Amino acid sequence: MSGALDAASWLLISAGGFFCVVGALGLLRMPDFYTRMHAASVTDTLGAGFMLAGLALQAGFTLVTAKLVLVGLLIFFASPTATHALAKAAMTRGLAPRLAGPRAEEEGPWKR
Amino acid sequence: MFAAAALALLATLALALVRAVLGPTVFDRAQAANTIGTVAMLLLAVYGFLTGRPDFLDLAIVYGILNVVGTIAVLKFFRYGDLGEPGEEEGA
Amino acid sequence: MIYSVSAVGALFAFWLLLSGHYTPFLVAAGLGCAVAVVALARRMNVVDREGHPIHLGPRALFAYWPWLAREILKSGWDVTRIILDPRLPVSPTLVRLRPGQKTDVGLATHANSITLTPGTISIEVGKGEFLVHALTRAGAQGVESGEMDRRVSRFEAER
Repeated sequence: MSGALDAASWLLISAGGFFCVVGALGLLRMPDFYTRMHAASVTDTLGAGFMLAGLALQAGFTLVTAKLVLVGLLIFFASPTATHALAKAAMTRGLAPRLAGPRAEEEGPWKR
Repeated sequence: MFAAAALALLATLALALVRAVLGPTVFDRAQAANTIGTVAMLLLAVYGFLTGRPDFLDLAIVYGILNVVGTIAVLKFFRYGDLGEPGEEEGA
Repeated sequence: MIYSVSAVGALFAFWLLLSGHYTPFLVAAGLGCAVAVVALARRMNVVDREGHPIHLGPRALFAYWPWLAREILKSGWDVTRIILDPRLPVSPTLVRLRPGQKTDVGLATHANSITLTPGTISIEVGKGEFLVHALTRAGAQGVESGEMDRRVSRFEAER
């Protein structure tokens, strides 16, 4: 494993870890259910994507990389479907999203 | 260094768990469970590298497939209160 | 028929990928399983353009996916900045838009792309209308501008 490739892979894995934690932080901070879903999608896309890319660089051109790509494809196709099902189920059950007013001054405090 | 990545994932897991406990709606909990599933997949992959046993990736794949089926099943249950319901067919 | 052959090929490749052991017995068993699964799927009438869309050529994928990846990176970074901002400057908005896709595969791709991009989630998906929840007003305007709609339509049309 050459030094540059190693460094690049660690950079990617660190970025993945960072975005995972940020997504979870958003999951805690956001004011209502619908906004929390946006935070969770950061974990699902950027966090997972960067981390899998970093691991793939570590593994090199092997069967392991192919499986990592498979895991990535699974996340990228399945997570929006699950998120959409979640949003639709919540909407059908009548959970109203908190919306911002039409003008900026109506926004008010968003923190709970 | 893989240990650092695993630690970050564990922190994510803990935060998502807090959201799952806090709720307040059942959908918040389902979303947290979904996030925990994704993170568990990543954690399995990283753990495979950490211990030098990439076979763990197979577990990650299986976990991912089960996670999707589980999330959809739970959501259908909370939406219709029943798993046997065929769901809506628009225009059919 | 062409869909069946290609589905067998894809399933067999999937088996080889997961197995990693290439003894004659295991390879033959994989081929047998792939053929059996596709035979069952044919009995269920699910081997068609929609279930296995090989008619979407690689050209479409390689033009669309890199663009989508760039969009995900950009909006993911925006959402990250909002989460880390102590004031939490969100302005959640619901928008309705009319997708221009004609096929189910195109509509599903469009809806999934909207959801995959952090900051926007498709809540209701119908033939003539999507209901989209956006984290910020700027994100809602981005969806309304219709660039993704145009690109998915091009993706859907290419053979």
